[in-house]
Amino acid sequence: MTAGLSAGKLRVTGRFGPQQSGLRRLVARDSPFRRTDWPLLLAATGLSLIGALLVYSATRGRTALTHGDPQYFLQRHLVNLVVGMVLGAGTVLLGGRRLRGVAPFVYIGSVLLLLAVLSPLGSTVNGAHSWIVLGGGFSIQPAEFGKIGMILAMAMVLAARVDAGEREHPDHRSVGQALLVALVPMVVVLAQPDLGSIMVMVVIVMGCLLASGASHRWIAGLVGAGLLGCVVIWQAGVLSQYQINRFAAFANPALDPAGTGYNTSQARIAIGSGGLLGKGLFHGTQTGGQFVPEQQTDFVFTVAGEELGFVGCLVILGLLGVVLWRACRIARLATDLYGTIVAGGIIAWIAFQAFENIGMTLGIMPVTGLPLPFVSYGGSSMFAVWIAVGLLQSIRIQRPLSA
Amino acid sequence: MSNIPETGRTPRVTLRLIVVQIVALSLLVTLGGRLWYLQIREGDHYTEAASSNHIRQIVTPAVRGSILDTNGVAMADNNTALVVSVSRTDLLREKDGGKAVLTRLAGVLGTSYKDVADKVRLCDAKTPQPCWKGSPYQPIPVTDKATTRQALQIAERREDFPGVTAEPTAVRTYESPDGVQPAQFLGYTGPVTDNELQQSKNSKHPFQPSDSVGRSGLEAQYDSALRGGTGVDKLEVDNLGRVVGSAGKTPAAPGDSVVTSIDARVQAVLQKQLEDALKRARTQVDPTTHTRYKGDSGAAVVLDAHTGRVIAMASAPTYDPNVWVGGISQAEYAKLTGKDSDYPLLNRVIQGTSAPGSTFKVISTSAALAAGFNKNSTYPCPSGISIGGQTLHNDDSESYGDITLPRALEVSCNTFFAGLSYAQWQKDGGIKPHKHPNDWFMKRAAAYGLGKKTGIDLPSETGGTIAGRQWKQQTYDRMKSYWCKQAKTGNPSDYVTRIAKEDCVDGYQWRPGDAMNFAIGQGDTAVTPLQMARIYAAVFNGGTLWEPQLGKAIVSADGKTVEKLAPKVASHLPDSQSTLSFMQQALVGVSREGTAAPVYAGFPLNKIPIGSKTGTAQVYGKQATSWFASASKDFAVVMTVSQGGYGFATSGFSVRKVYDALYGVQKDGSVDDKKALMPHGEPSTLPDVKHDGTVDPPTDRSGPTTVSVAWHQPWLTPATRGGGAPATPATAPVRSAVAAARRRRRGGPGRPEDGR
Repeated sequence: MTAGLSAGKLRVTGRFGPQQSGLRRLVARDSPFRRTDWPLLLAATGLSLIGALLVYSATRGRTALTHGDPQYFLQRHLVNLVVGMVLGAGTVLLGGRRLRGVAPFVYIGSVLLLLAVLSPLGSTVNGAHSWIVLGGGFSIQPAEFGKIGMILAMAMVLAARVDAGEREHPDHRSVGQALLVALVPMVVVLAQPDLGSIMVMVVIVMGCLLASGASHRWIAGLVGAGLLGCVVIWQAGVLSQYQINRFAAFANPALDPAGTGYNTSQARIAIGSGGLLGKGLFHGTQTGGQFVPEQQTDFVFTVAGEELGFVGCLVILGLLGVVLWRACRIARLATDLYGTIVAGGIIAWIAFQAFENIGMTLGIMPVTGLPLPFVSYGGSSMFAVWIAVGLLQSIRIQRPLSA
Repeated sequence: MSNIPETGRTPRVTLRLIVVQIVALSLLVTLGGRLWYLQIREGDHYTEAASSNHIRQIVTPAVRGSILDTNGVAMADNNTALVVSVSRTDLLREKDGGKAVLTRLAGVLGTSYKDVADKVRLCDAKTPQPCWKGSPYQPIPVTDKATTRQALQIAERREDFPGVTAEPTAVRTYESPDGVQPAQFLGYTGPVTDNELQQSKNSKHPFQPSDSVGRSGLEAQYDSALRGGTGVDKLEVDNLGRVVGSAGKTPAAPGDSVVTSIDARVQAVLQKQLEDALKRARTQVDPTTHTRYKGDSGAAVVLDAHTGRVIAMASAPTYDPNVWVGGISQAEYAKLTGKDSDYPLLNRVIQGTSAPGSTFKVISTSAALAAGFNKNSTYPCPSGISIGGQTLHNDDSESYGDITLPRALEVSCNTFFAGLSYAQWQKDGGIKPHKHPNDWFMKRAAAYGLGKKTGIDLPSETGGTIAGRQWKQQTYDRMKSYWCKQAKTGNPSDYVTRIAKEDCVDGYQWRPGDAMNFAIGQGDTAVTPLQMARIYAAVFNGGTLWEPQLGKAIVSADGKTVEKLAPKVASHLPDSQSTLSFMQQALVGVSREGTAAPVYAGFPLNKIPIGSKTGTAQVYGKQATSWFASASKDFAVVMTVSQGGYGFATSGFSVRKVYDALYGVQKDGSVDDKKALMPHGEPSTLPDVKHDGTVDPPTDRSGPTTVSVAWHQPWLTPATRGGGAPATPATAPVRSAVAAARRRRRGGPGRPEDGR
């Protein structure tokens, strides 16, 4: 896959750069091969492959889901990975600058997809009306693409006047426009309702604003407004006691023992019983006994916890750390504010989503239907995060050699 | 490219990116910390939780060991019953939760759906009985009384009864060897309690929730041996309870059998004779109240005099212990324990106490000799004595003049023993006793094992009371304030108030009346039939006071390992051998020519000397208790009947029949060893438990080799005693026999024995 990606980039540079022999072109200082962020790519690939093993372990015994084929989910996970990598490579091929041009289309397309969910095309899975079932075992979750569309659109609006050299930082008007741009997909997601995606989108907005250099007042104001909103929702009794219990069950499973409380306590037992080195891949009793619901998607981390133990979990956290560290580096070294904001949004997205997903399996975050980036089974999520990797790589490739 | 300004690196943005980076990485560190907490610090806890999550135990109950009699006849064992069980796991897979299946099952079993459904529901805090306490993965028994037809119906229509099984299973059964069912000493089993479950968790054989535990009698005493080890099959299951693998299996270990010294045949005789004694009591009229004796309850015991082992033990009224099998119903339980019941669960041999009456005089004899009164001297037996305002009459107000100790026992002279006790009271300082009074009568009562448990291998034994000087002081200390309050507030002319007034001042005093009553076994002294039996056994075995024992051996189910339970000596009587033979002689005299003589009409006392003592104990507010205590060189037999009247008339004739059976005494007075149930006492060998669990009777049926001292005493040989037993046959109507005996011996009309 890596070879394919590089080959693709070879042709891109080939069109613009001077003609060179194949090997020279490959090792040339400005070649895409040399400019690719390898730690990022390897960490993301590693996470995806670990994910494949965990998904396989979680699903090989679930005959009700696998239609009798133990490798059903493994194969699909790998196909998703390949498709995701191709999409990522395509993103790199397209190039950062041209992406800026297509950003409005990506944004509008993703909003339309989100709206399609609300139409009769959409389906409800696990209480959230946020899926479009394509048939043949495939379905897409437009919210995942909505995140990308949102990041690209916000970056475009926020960076327009700065990158044009008109201002050092985004002015209030740009920020206002950016927030409006972000609000549209969020409102649609809220209507589904997909609480997890909303949370991620809020964090993405914060990430983009922070990275854009927008005024501190905007940041502080938004944080304050968010807190106020939470208090109002809490006090106004918008949520029923049942909903509050469901939300709070992550801390006290007894509040919703048959629902999320069951998930959290079983997840905690799975992870806790893994100990230092785990029970060994495919040897988890919680996993084998299918005690943890949604284990191949939202609760995939419990497989790692039980079968790979503390050490295996630290490896996954470490790989996520590498992804975030490289993304931060790319954000810092980006040639334009647009790149910085895109990278900032992606950092906020992946960091928060990973924290929320793992945190809920560990009982320190409420249970929401969010996949673990790269690791969880799920096409949309896999495609989205690999497109994000492609975006990061394309930002890096753009930067001047002196950097 | 370079014409594009590098705005990505303005100081503000750079700073913020660093903050973002720190926040992102600290989130990961947070997760790592939480992971450490869950997996390393709390790892053991979650490992345990995971294993309890996915391991399910299927329990195979161990077959409970049998309780055998001395010949290997089962008194409690297990019968194969057809048990219909229902698997909840299978039921829940049905669309309607199994309702249709249970309805069909109820139809086959002839009960209602509710009845069956109640039995298979799981117990929790809110569910009333009946409910299932065991694991939901365990097949739940619905009935253990299914007929073969019902079992076949279920087996043939498997598709109609998913999850229902009808299988032969071992069920506790209490047998009726020789047509009689021993009940109280066998005891019963009951379901294990939550408390016991918790406590046994770390033991070698922890209880399972569906286990039964011995609750009373031998079932309780030897529970750990009888119970065996429950088999546990550990299964790995998934979240839906489907079995995915095995996690180890412990096979059930059958419980050991307990061989007892009980002889089922003797037990049958004893129980029948006790019943007869109760019936006989009810045909007699109480001369004090002029109503028939109630004969409400009774107890009888046969001990082996050589070893103190229990050969038979009967308590009336009795009940069928099989009511406990498979759980007792509320109504049945109320019948056994309610206020209106006659408490058939009580083993009155070890739990029923009453004043010993004249049977106590054997201790008074020992005390009198210890106090220095002479074997050969005579002492007065007036018709009554009055001391300190209290008068004590003889039975019939009869006066025998000056008589010897053996004669006093024969005629059961109250004034004789009361007089000796009064003399001792005076020697001890009277109302102002010396610092260390000799108190021979009380000390001998203690030395003879009264006032404390005998140590028999049965739970819940009662020790009784020696109502002596110490007891009076203790009672006074406890009751003083109550008495004094009653003396102040009560009606001064009231009898109870007057007594209270006296007691308030000096209720601790050991008065002449106390001393006199004590010596004739009346008053507050309370003994169990077992205590009296082992005293008489001790007098006749040369002075050994045994700890009576039912258990003889614990034998493994395959008969391979045998743990013998040796008889234990509790203590020795303080009397010399010559004193003991003097007492034996005197007691045999009671059988020959004393108050017990009518009982032994036609009995070859010459060949088989038996010492006896009758007793009639006064009970406040009730009719008198009938006592009959006896012993030969081999056995001690004691019978008592509450509200039963005279010692000999009610209990005595029954005891005689027991001896007839034990020794094979025929109607014509001859002794047929072949018909004797136990010509020489309890067999010393054990029944042979074979490897397949079947039992053969002991090979050696000859008696023990120990010979009691008394056997060789010259006075026991026929030549020394001329007079035979009275000619009146024992089968003659009781009242006429009583009358005849009285006329012959005393030449006067009958009058009740009057202790006070």
